[in-house]
Amino acid sequence: MPVLETKNLTYQYGAGTPFCVTALDDVSVSIEKGELVGIIGHTGSGKSTLMQHFNALLKPDKGQVLLEGKDINENKQAGLEARFKVGLCFQYPEYQLFEATVYKDIAYGPANMKLDGKEVDARVRQAAEYVGIPPDMLEKSPFDLSGGEKRRAAIAGVMAMRPEILILDEPTAGLDPSGRSKIMELIVNYKKTTGNTVLLVSHSMDEIAAVSDRILVMKGGKIAMFDSVKHVFGRVSELISMGLFVPEITNIMLKLKERGVGVRTDIFTLEGAANELLHLLFLH
Amino acid sequence: MRDNEYILQFNNVCFRYEGDEENVVLPLALDNINLNIKKGEFVAVLGHNGSGKSTLAKLCNALLVPESGKVIAAGMDTSDSIHEYDIRQHIGVVFQNPDNQIVATIVEEDVAFGPENLGVEPKEIRRRVDEALKTVGMYEYRLHEPHKLSGGQKQRVAIAGILAMMTDCIVLDEPTAMLDPIGRREVLKTIGKLNKELGITIVFITHFMNEAVAADRVIIMDSAKILLDGTPKEVFKERNLLKKVGLGIPPAAELAHKLRKTLPDFPDGILTADEFAERFITYARA
Repeated sequence: MPVLETKNLTYQYGAGTPFCVTALDDVSVSIEKGELVGIIGHTGSGKSTLMQHFNALLKPDKGQVLLEGKDINENKQAGLEARFKVGLCFQYPEYQLFEATVYKDIAYGPANMKLDGKEVDARVRQAAEYVGIPPDMLEKSPFDLSGGEKRRAAIAGVMAMRPEILILDEPTAGLDPSGRSKIMELIVNYKKTTGNTVLLVSHSMDEIAAVSDRILVMKGGKIAMFDSVKHVFGRVSELISMGLFVPEITNIMLKLKERGVGVRTDIFTLEGAANELLHLLFLH
Repeated sequence: MRDNEYILQFNNVCFRYEGDEENVVLPLALDNINLNIKKGEFVAVLGHNGSGKSTLAKLCNALLVPESGKVIAAGMDTSDSIHEYDIRQHIGVVFQNPDNQIVATIVEEDVAFGPENLGVEPKEIRRRVDEALKTVGMYEYRLHEPHKLSGGQKQRVAIAGILAMMTDCIVLDEPTAMLDPIGRREVLKTIGKLNKELGITIVFITHFMNEAVAADRVIIMDSAKILLDGTPKEVFKERNLLKKVGLGIPPAAELAHKLRKTLPDFPDGILTADEFAERFITYARA
């Protein structure tokens, strides 16, 4: 049974007004437990709207969202459960830090789950350690941290709820290369150590290609593709026509092909590209 | 070389921020920086967070002044507050977050804000605003509300605001960091156009390696100092050094590096996908 599923999900912003926009149009998708799904799509393609349905922040106009087979909009209790089981980390989550100390900020989610004090404490410390926030930093004001540290503290706040499905919307936006790779490492580790499901929205095709098990491509409120990394990036011309980009390595292969070199273009890693090119050279 | 060939000169510049707590002296944010930027140059400044690159940007137009040493902007000493106003007519800054630098509720009013404050006469303001918006490709949006624009469009409006002040140098502090790939491409294209067609000096601060490739000159900052300064080809040759300071090299350069491990004679100095393709084909034929 899939852990998360939507059935014929439709959602409109401003329904009944002249500005009505169909953000999701009959979307049916199913996500298996423990997979890391990369989500890509042009700005306005419906990615964020879909994410917000996964923990009942938005309610569908039509269709269903099923979490472990149960409709999360069936009643209040189901919706509340979804809030705890599906952890949603928005873009620039550090803007949502608000407590007096980093500790209190990370504790906010688990405390709301009505866990006992000891459990909350254990979760805060574990999540902090996990994201690389040292214990002495927990007593600081979140506003005294660096940009990368703030981002990690905010992610720790979501991870401390131990969501079965962790959703991150552009978690590396605005960070420098080392900050970006630290966050990506965290995300992959979360999936590995907990066996939980991760959904990652990103504009960086290189990041998506590096970590995803499957890639979901959205276009105009619909699912355009949902397939393995290899298959999705094998359809480069379609991606480009949607205004999306391809990983830099894939782009190099495309440039070679444009110039008449008979290379494969479904390659997105450095290793893969080097092997393909060496193979080609030695054949000659 | 005559001094007035330079729009920006940093001579032995040191700077540090004041901490909140008394008796705590923070480390230098800029440590003995020497840097000359010529009129019309397109300079990219790269470095990880905390390397000093944003501090460098703020020292360019007297938003900050050095603790020691001198910054000469358009021939004027930035430490002398009497020049502050004049300096900002020559050197404009665009920041990372597009939402933090828009002040008006209509695009063209936002662009007019700078020249109005300079006391430019209304007819001339009209001309400059139209011109600036056309240059950044936002003229048809002149009557739109800025908050409804995309990130890339907002950044182009911010750039137009600087253009309307007719500064001869624009410093951009990570203007693409918060944008999606399309917004990023729009802004990069605009910056390139300002430099190539209007001859405006560009100081472009970024942490995207592939964005720095288009510049004439790349400066790498690390730990408050300038680590490397040269053409993109010269700088990105220093793969190991760049890796050590938490930066990388463009993917095309990385792929060429990997091929050289097996094929030591595979060409060096490749930075873009197009260059890679060209050089690979020439190499394969030989």
